[in-house]
Amino acid sequence: MDKRMKINTRKKKMSYAKWGYILLIPFFVVFIIFQFIPLMQTFNYSFYEYYSIGLTEIGPNFVGISNYIKIFQGSILKYAGNTIILWILCIIPQMSISLLLAVWFTDVRLHLRATGFFKTIIYMPNLVMAAAFGMLFQMLFASNGPIVDLLIGWGWIKESFNIGQSVWGTRAVIALMNFLMWFGNTTILLMAGVMGIDNTVYEAATIDGSGPFKTFFHITMPLLMPIFIYVLITSLIGGVQLFDVAQLFTAGSGAVNGSSKTLMMYLYKLIGTSRNYGEAGAVSVVLFVVTAFLSFMVFAFTHRNENKLSKKQKRLIKEYRLKEDTQDD
Amino acid sequence: MTSTTKPLANNAELNSNQPMNIKIDNDAKKAKTVVIIRKIVVYLVLILLTILCVFPFYILIVNCTRSNFEIQQGFSFTFGNFFTYNWNTLFDDTNIPMTRALLNSLFISLCTATLSVYFSSLTAYAFHQYNFKGRNILFTFVLLIMMVPTTISSLGLLTLCAQYDLLDTYYPLILPAIASPITVFYMRQYLDSVMPKELVEAARVDGSGELSIFHRIVMPILKPAMAVQFIFCFVGSWNNYFFPALIIQSTNMKTIPLIIAGLQASDPTTFDLGKVYMLMTIAIIPLLLMYLLLSKFIIKGVTLGSVKG
Repeated sequence: MDKRMKINTRKKKMSYAKWGYILLIPFFVVFIIFQFIPLMQTFNYSFYEYYSIGLTEIGPNFVGISNYIKIFQGSILKYAGNTIILWILCIIPQMSISLLLAVWFTDVRLHLRATGFFKTIIYMPNLVMAAAFGMLFQMLFASNGPIVDLLIGWGWIKESFNIGQSVWGTRAVIALMNFLMWFGNTTILLMAGVMGIDNTVYEAATIDGSGPFKTFFHITMPLLMPIFIYVLITSLIGGVQLFDVAQLFTAGSGAVNGSSKTLMMYLYKLIGTSRNYGEAGAVSVVLFVVTAFLSFMVFAFTHRNENKLSKKQKRLIKEYRLKEDTQDD
Repeated sequence: MTSTTKPLANNAELNSNQPMNIKIDNDAKKAKTVVIIRKIVVYLVLILLTILCVFPFYILIVNCTRSNFEIQQGFSFTFGNFFTYNWNTLFDDTNIPMTRALLNSLFISLCTATLSVYFSSLTAYAFHQYNFKGRNILFTFVLLIMMVPTTISSLGLLTLCAQYDLLDTYYPLILPAIASPITVFYMRQYLDSVMPKELVEAARVDGSGELSIFHRIVMPILKPAMAVQFIFCFVGSWNNYFFPALIIQSTNMKTIPLIIAGLQASDPTTFDLGKVYMLMTIAIIPLLLMYLLLSKFIIKGVTLGSVKG
């Protein structure tokens, strides 16, 4: 009886593992068709001369790396610079405000009220359609729009101005929009990080007479570092993709001399308007390399703690995993 | 207030075996005033940020109730009487297929969210429950592709669609949702934390098939996570602009973001501003109302999936 049951379960074990593969089929088939093959195709095009003028299509002719040479001799570095500038303009206030809020919301001594309300409000812009948000701000900041109107009404400025004609004005507004859309999200992530810090550490610090500043720089910040860096790098990956807001705010022009034109706007123009697939492919590959590098950093970073473990800890974990593995089917 | 002074009182108690009681009293008072000042600063900053977050939407809503003429006259904080007028001119405009665009957006978003949530649950369940060879490698692979944005492969996907006559259809917008690594990751986190594997074994003993176990036992357990992800996928798809702008060509197939972007192509001086504000209100506000109703739920969901436990 016992033996028979054993054989029976072993038989089932094998057939169950098979189900793991079966259930993964949809995901991987769709991934290969809609992401992997297109990605390879994109890589492929980057080595071909392939564009259209009007209705005539030129190519695809193999040209080696000449697309890459063209984009680097052209404006890709300028657009990359713009993207980085816009990211920095946004990330500095975003990280500082979010850190402050995360610390305040979790501070027992402050005991803030209505934190639920404030969290709800600051996260709200994250859900707004970025395209509509960009268009809205374009209208708000128009030379006869509500903002200019209010500023004149309050006597802060004398005459109307068009922010779209100022290089740094446009950049500042785009950064502001991005800030508004993302600081709530960052706050909530950092808050989770702060709440994950052992409370007794704070209690000990309080008893030792540590003030809020000391506590922040000597306890919160060091212990929060892993999550802080995780948020920073993922936001950089997002920043590289900045598109909707800037595209709509500048009506696709990228403001004065393309000074607020981002890499994604450049890519969009190459694919959609100029239909220069060769160069678009090259730009995509560059973007891929950059994001892959950044993703690798995130990955390495989140797994670093694991590598820091001692040999004994690693062995214990391995044994634990093996035990776990033999326990499930 | 009483609860804020509590830790301080404890603090004083701890030190009370010292002889200088008066000094401690003074210190406690000082600390109390510091906390009050800090509180005032914190609330001021919070109120300022709240105004910053709400103000643009307030202007939006005010201006969608005012006529073009009123808007051009200058800004006012009071509502106008032109809400229904703006609504009607927007939906009657033959150049803007508003109703159609709303339905298109709704259709795509619902399909995307449903597919993404269902198949991600399935994939996550496969990773959670079955111990097949290469499971860890495959999951690491999912984590890796999670970080690479899909926009990078959009050129290839576009040309592929052109090859198979899928341009100007919704297939390339909807079907890729079946493989959404972020949702898979989230679902697996959730499953790992709530679902005991023994449950499935019990169901097997009762003779259930693997798929019916997924549908009848796992999916009900996953409901809360599925709801959160459904909302995120819906919002993401509703707001999506980059790829639809490349794929969709005919006016009747356009989604809301494309309609908004399309307005910029026309001459802004001929705009009926009331109508434009109304369009943006329709694009933004319903989703925000939904969010405000479900905010507690959604905010909890943000941390659940994003920070690795």
